[in-house]
Amino acid sequence: MHPAGSLIAFTTASGFGFGLLAFLGAGLPPATGWTLIALYGLGLGLAGAGLAASALHLGHPERALLAFTQWRTSWLSREAWAAAAALAAAALAALAALATGGRLAPIGWLSSALALATVGATSMIYAQLRTVPRWHHWSTPALFVAYALAGGALLSGQGSAAVILLVAAGFGQFFAWKAGDRRLADSGTDLGTATGLAAAGQLRSFEPPHTGGSYLTREMVHVVARRHALKLRSIGLFLAFVLPVTLLVLSHALPSLAAAAAAHAAGAAVIRWLFFAEAEHVLGLYYGHHTGDADIGIRNRTG
Amino acid sequence: MTDLPATTDRKLGLVIDLDTCVGCHACVIACKGWNTENYGAPLADADAYGPDPAGSFLNRIHSYEVQPETGPAQLVHFPKSCLHCEDAPCVTVCPTGASYKRAEDGIVLVNEDACIGCGLCAWACPYGAREMDPAEGVMKKCTLCIDRIYNENLPEEDRLPACVRTCPAGARHFGDLGDPDSDVSRLVAERGGFDLMPEQETRPVNKYLPPRPRDAEIDVLAPLLAPVAEEPRGFLAWLDRALERL
Repeated sequence: MHPAGSLIAFTTASGFGFGLLAFLGAGLPPATGWTLIALYGLGLGLAGAGLAASALHLGHPERALLAFTQWRTSWLSREAWAAAAALAAAALAALAALATGGRLAPIGWLSSALALATVGATSMIYAQLRTVPRWHHWSTPALFVAYALAGGALLSGQGSAAVILLVAAGFGQFFAWKAGDRRLADSGTDLGTATGLAAAGQLRSFEPPHTGGSYLTREMVHVVARRHALKLRSIGLFLAFVLPVTLLVLSHALPSLAAAAAAHAAGAAVIRWLFFAEAEHVLGLYYGHHTGDADIGIRNRTG
Repeated sequence: MTDLPATTDRKLGLVIDLDTCVGCHACVIACKGWNTENYGAPLADADAYGPDPAGSFLNRIHSYEVQPETGPAQLVHFPKSCLHCEDAPCVTVCPTGASYKRAEDGIVLVNEDACIGCGLCAWACPYGAREMDPAEGVMKKCTLCIDRIYNENLPEEDRLPACVRTCPAGARHFGDLGDPDSDVSRLVAERGGFDLMPEQETRPVNKYLPPRPRDAEIDVLAPLLAPVAEEPRGFLAWLDRALERL
C-alpha cells in the first residue's frame, strides 16, 4: 500500500497522544497544576494533530462531518465518534482534576477507556480489510494498542511500566512481521483465483491495462523497493525498543525518559512506514505482483 | 446507508466471455466517453498530453498468457470492472453513506455529493474497481450505465451499458443474474461461469466465462492443412536441381 505521509503522521501521533491520555486518565503520574496542564496539553495536542493530519488525505475535507453517520457498519465512522468522545472526556477529566485539585476517578477511567478504544477503532480500519492479508489479523489492533500504551508510558514518565510495555510491544512486532510475511501466501488468493484461470495452465501477466500510472497502481500496487526492508526493520526495532529500554534500565531520570521517548517515536514512525509500504493488496496479483515476495528475508539474503 | 440490503429484487450485472474477448479496449473507451459526459463528475485525466498521462477509468483490460501443460500458450484478455457484489465490502466501510447498494436492482453506486474522498472503499475492493477522480477528489465506479439502461429517451437497442453496446466481439452480456431463466443466467449455466476471488466472499454478481480449449480442437483439422505438393515439378523442379548442382 502507498505509505502516505499523512496516514503515518496520523496513526503515530494520535497513537502517542491517546496513549498519554490513557495514562493521565488512570492518574499516572499524579500531577497537579501546571504539570497537569502541560501533560494534558501534550496528549490532546498530539491526538488532535494526528486527527488533523488524517484530514489532509481526504479529497473533500469540508464534508468530514458526514463521517459520523455510518457507525453501524464503518470502522472509520466509529473511529470518528470514539476520537470525538475521547477528546471530550480527556478535556473534562483535565478540567475536573484542575478544579478539584485531585483526580475524579469515574471520568478519569472513562477517558482512559475511550482513548484506548479510539486507537482500537483506528487499527480496525486496517485490520478489517480482507484485501490486505498482512493487516487482516488480530495482531494489528493488539500492536496498535501496545504502541499507544508504550508511548503513553514514556510520555507520562512511567519508567518501569514503559520497560515492560516496550519489551512486550517489541517482541509482538517481531513475531507479527514473521507471521505477516506468510499471510498473503496462506490467504488462498493468488492470480489463479483472481482470474479463475488456474485450471487452464501456468499464468503470467502478459500486458497491464495501462502503460502509465493510475490511482490503482499508485495507491495499492505501490511496490516500494523492498530491498532495504530487513535493514529498516532492524533500525525500527533498535530505535523503538532496544535503545529506549537500554536508556530506561540505566536511569528513570527526565533526560533519559526524554531521549527514550524521542528514540521510540522515531522508531515507531519507521515501523509505521513499513506497516503501509510492506502491505500487499490482493489487487497487485492482477498486475503480476507479489508472486515470490512472501519471504522478504530470503530475498534480501540472496540479493 | 451503508447497510447492505438482505436481498435485491433483481441482480443486474455483466457476463464477460473470456473466450471471445479480443482485447481491443473498445469497451474502455466507450465507458470513458459515456461516463465523462453523463452521470456524476466527468472521468478526468491528469497530464493528458504531457509526459506522464494518467486518468480515471471504470473498466480496464488485463491480458494474461496461459501456458497449458502441452501445446502452445494462449493469450486471454481480461476485462475488469465493478462486479456489483452482493456482499460488497466497499459499501460497508464507507464512513459517510456515500457508497450504497440499491435494493431494487443490486447496482452499487456512489453519491458523489456525500463522498469525502478518503479512499477506504477502494482499499476494501479486491478487484480494483474503484478509482479516485484526479480532478474532483471523489470516488468513481461503474454505474452499470444506470443513465442508459433506464433511459427512455434512448432507442431500445441502446438501453445497455456502453461497454456491452460497443463490444464488437459480443464478449459482454448484460441482464438480470437473479432470474435463473434470463439469457445471462442460462449462458452462465451452460458455459460454467465463475466468480473472481470467491475466497474473498464478496459474492460478485458479474460472472466470467472460461476460454474454450481452442488448440485441441484445431488439431482435428490440422492434417487437412498439410502441404499438397512436397516435391517441386516442372520449371521449379529444374531450378531446384540446377541450384543444387551449383
